[in-house]
Amino acid sequence: MIPDPDAFYAALMDAHRDLSPEDSRKLDTKLVLILANHIGDMRVLLDAIALAKPAPRA
Amino acid sequence: MSFIQPRYAAAAPRAAEEAAPIVIVGGGLVGLTAALDLAQHGLRSVVLDDDDTVSVGSRAICFAKRTLEIYGRLGLGARFLEKGITWNQGRVFHRDREAYSFNLLPEEGHEYPAFVNLQQYYAEAWLVDACAATGLVDLRWRNAVTAIDGTRLSINTPAGDYTLHADWILACDGARSFIRRALHLPFEGQVFRDRFLIADVRMQAPFPTERWFWFDPPFHPGQSVLLHKQPDDVWRIDFQLGWDADPEAEKDPARVRARVAAMLGDTPFELDWVSIYTFRCRRMESFRHGRVFFLGDAAHQVSPFGARGGNGGVQDADNLCWKLAAVLRGQAPESLLDSYDAERIPAADENILNSTRSTDFITPKNDAARAYRDAVLELSAQHEFARPLVNSGRLSRPYNGYGTPAPDAPVLRDGAPDWLLRHLGRDFCVLSRGDAAATMLRTVTLGSDVEDHSGLAAARYDLAPGQAVLIRPDQHIAARFRATDAAAIRAAHTQALAP
Ligand SMILES: Cc1cc2nc3c(=O)[nH]c(=O)nc-3n(C[C@H](O)[C@H](O)[C@H](O)COP(=O)(O)OP(=O)(O)OC[C@H]3O[C@@H](n4cnc5c(N)ncnc54)[C@H](O)[C@@H]3O)c2cc1C
Repeated sequence: MIPDPDAFYAALMDAHRDLSPEDSRKLDTKLVLILANHIGDMRVLLDAIALAKPAPRA
Repeated sequence: MSFIQPRYAAAAPRAAEEAAPIVIVGGGLVGLTAALDLAQHGLRSVVLDDDDTVSVGSRAICFAKRTLEIYGRLGLGARFLEKGITWNQGRVFHRDREAYSFNLLPEEGHEYPAFVNLQQYYAEAWLVDACAATGLVDLRWRNAVTAIDGTRLSINTPAGDYTLHADWILACDGARSFIRRALHLPFEGQVFRDRFLIADVRMQAPFPTERWFWFDPPFHPGQSVLLHKQPDDVWRIDFQLGWDADPEAEKDPARVRARVAAMLGDTPFELDWVSIYTFRCRRMESFRHGRVFFLGDAAHQVSPFGARGGNGGVQDADNLCWKLAAVLRGQAPESLLDSYDAERIPAADENILNSTRSTDFITPKNDAARAYRDAVLELSAQHEFARPLVNSGRLSRPYNGYGTPAPDAPVLRDGAPDWLLRHLGRDFCVLSRGDAAATMLRTVTLGSDVEDHSGLAAARYDLAPGQAVLIRPDQHIAARFRATDAAAIRAAHTQALAP
C-alpha cells in the first residue's frame, strides 16, 4: 500500500502539470521503466502488464 | 414539513455615533457562532448583517463531528442530532459499479457521529434564537457596513446611517467580504475550471443515509454526481457540468428536471432549489490585522468536496472567542490573539490542500490527469491498492496542529449514562485519572466526578492512574502530566495563555 496516497497522486499530477502531451507520455514511460527496474522481478512485471492491459473487446 | 424562512425586523440607528467593545460584521453561520460563543464567555457583542434573514437556498449541509461537538458545548448539539440526518458511510461508484467505500467513524462511544446533514438555514435560525436567549447579543438586521476606518464602521440601514466605534472587529462577512476588500487585503488562490449544478430535490426515496458519489454514471456520462440526504425529505444532488456549460441555460427548470429524472427513473420529485457554482480555493495571508480578525469564508474559501468551508469557519470561531475573552478579562496578554493566526492558518491550509486535491481529481486539469483518474477508477474495481487513490472528497476532520481536540467517551454520572465532553466546561480544566493536586482550575476526575466504566476515557486520553491533561476552553489538549503536580499544571496554564 502507498502510505500517503493523496500526496503521491498530487506529486504525480504536479509532474505532469504544463507538459505537452508528448512530454507527458515520455514522463510516464520513463516512470514505468524506472519502477520496473526497481521491482526487478520478471514474474511481477508480466503480471502487472497483464493487469494493466485493456480488457479484450467483446 | 419544510423550513419557513424567517424575516427579522430591521434595526434602526439608535444614535448617529455609538460605541461597542466587540462588533461582528456578518450574521452568517460563522458570525452567529462567534456571537454565541462570546456570550457564553460573558461577553456582549453587536452583530451587523446586511440582510434580514438566514442563509437562503441550498448551501452547507454536512456538519462534521468536531463542529457538532462545538455546538454541543454551545448548547445546540441535541438539536442537530434530533433534526439532522446522521451518516458515517460514503460510497463511490464508477460507471455502474461500486469502486470504493469508507466509514468515517469506525468506532463506538462518541456522542456525535462523523456527520449530520442539515440545511444551513436551520443551523443559522437556531443560532439566532440561542444568541437572543443569552441577552448579550445585539443582532442588527439590515445593517450593512459601507466603510471602515481603523475600527470605526459606517453603517447603512433602511432608517438611515450611523457610525459605530468598535474596540475589536470580527469580520465574518463571507467570501466576498466587504471588510477585506475595503482594507485592500489580497485573497489569492485558484479557480477550478468547471461548473456544478446544485439541485435540492424533494422526494420520498429509498436511498440509504450515506454519501453517494458517482464518476461517469450511465445517467450523467463523462461527469460526476453527488447525492446527499437532508431533513424534510430534501435531497442534494450535485451535477458536474464541465467548464463549457452555459450557466444560464443550465438553470432552466425543465433542463434540471430532465437531468434529475435521468438519475431517479420513475421516482416523483419536486425541485426545491437550483444554483450553479464555479469553485475556488484561496485564503488571506493573515487572519489578524490589528484589531480586525477575519473568520470563515471571509478569511478562506474552499471547494465544497470535503465539507470543509462551514466546518472550518466554525472552528475559527471556536479558536478565537476564548482568547478574546481571556484578553478582555485581563487574564492573558494581547499577544495571545496572534496565536489565532498561527493556529488557524495551517488549519486553513490543510483544508485548502485537501479540497484542492479532491477537486483536481474530480476536475482533471489536462489529458494526463484525466488518464490517471480514469485508470485509478478502472483499477479500483479489482485492486484494493487503487481504492485509496480514488478521491471524491476528503471529508472535514479537525486540525491537530495545536493539540488534539479532546476526544469524547461514554461515562456514568451518578450511575446514569452520560458523555465526557459535556463535563469539560467552557474554561480551562484539568482532566485527571484519580485525585489530582489542587490548582485554581476546575478539575474533572475520572473515577469520582464521572465514572469511566468502559475504560474508554482513560484509553483515549492515554491516562494511567495519577496522570492528567490540561484542556483549553476550546476543548483541545494543551498539555499532559505524568503526575498531577500543581506547579506543572499552573505553568502549562500560564504558557497556554501567553504562548
Ligand atoms: C453549494 C455549497 C455547498 C456547501 N456545502 C458545505 C457543507 O456541506 N459543509 C460545510 O461546512 N460548508 C459547506 N459550504 C460552505 C459554507 O456554506 C460556507 O463556508 C459558510 O456559509 C461560511 O459561513 P460565513 O459565516 O463565513 O459566511 P456566510 O455564510 O457567507 O455569511 C456572511 C454574512 O455576512 C453578511 N454580510 C456580507 N457583507 C456584509 C456587510 N457589508 N455588512 C453586513 N453584513 C454583511 C451576509 O449577509 C451573510 O449573512 C458549502 C457552500 C456551497 C456554496
